[in-house]
Amino acid sequence: MVLNNIEQLLEKYNNGETSLKEEQQLKDYFKQETVAPHLEMYKPMFAYFSVSQEEKFTKDVPLKSNKNNLYKWISVAAVAVLMLGFYFKSPLTSAEDLGTYDDPEMAYLEVKKSLEMISTQFNKGASSINYLAEVDNTTRLIFKK
Amino acid sequence: MKPKIMTQTEFLHIVMPFKDKVFRLAKRLLVSREEAEDATQEVLLKLWKNKTKIQEYKNVEAFSMTMTKNFCLDKLKSKQAQNLKLVHSNYQDHNTSLQKQLEFSDSVHWVAKIMEDLPEQQKMVVQLRDIEQYDFDEIGKMLDMNNTAVRVALSRARKTIREKLTKTHNYGVK
Repeated sequence: MVLNNIEQLLEKYNNGETSLKEEQQLKDYFKQETVAPHLEMYKPMFAYFSVSQEEKFTKDVPLKSNKNNLYKWISVAAVAVLMLGFYFKSPLTSAEDLGTYDDPEMAYLEVKKSLEMISTQFNKGASSINYLAEVDNTTRLIFKK
Repeated sequence: MKPKIMTQTEFLHIVMPFKDKVFRLAKRLLVSREEAEDATQEVLLKLWKNKTKIQEYKNVEAFSMTMTKNFCLDKLKSKQAQNLKLVHSNYQDHNTSLQKQLEFSDSVHWVAKIMEDLPEQQKMVVQLRDIEQYDFDEIGKMLDMNNTAVRVALSRARKTIREKLTKTHNYGVK
């Protein structure tokens, strides 16, 4: 008989031995309008379980990510650095005017002068490398061919 | 393989199916809706912060339920430490329970009231089994209990609920 079955299931249920499927059977039974009078007290319990299942979390899922905050502060810092850069840079460039030549002849002479200076200085520098030839001589002494 | 960075959409996709369960467990323990909402947001935020680790967990849902349990129990503990009045108000609550019982025309709400008086562990076991319908292995993992301990706690809780309901039921009939 069905009622007998339900009673057995309830016994198992109270001992914590029912499977999820059997518990579903019980829930279905107590969902009915009328249940056996001596089992009436179980009705609100199973009803409450079903009602509780429906409760939802209605608030937003908060995703204030730290990473975004970090990026925000990095960009703020970058802008600050840029502003400081402009602030300090602008007066310096105007003061350090390197000038220019209006006369092409003068410009040519100046360029020639600087190039000459570079070449003499370069030769002077290069002459000091001449002693490296000594290394060759020494190695020839050691590794006799 | 290096886990790639999870986007918000991917994260929400993972979290959506069980966020209500987190909320309901929090509410079972903390009772107040506002506190449960705060706790849920807190848990989800923690998950989001650890999103690189999430991909390594086999069962994010079970992990989240455990996190919720720990968070809420900590909260209850600190509340109890801060507020000694709580003991007093509990005492008062028991005193007036008979009156309240009569006021509860809706017997379904009476079940909620009965569950509030259960010990925390039993509350959680009933919540996870009879409401969320997890199997015993999952519940054991979430609550760090063995299978038998889960069944015993569940059996005690169910018997307590039945007894209290039987009492009220008979009271109503007489």
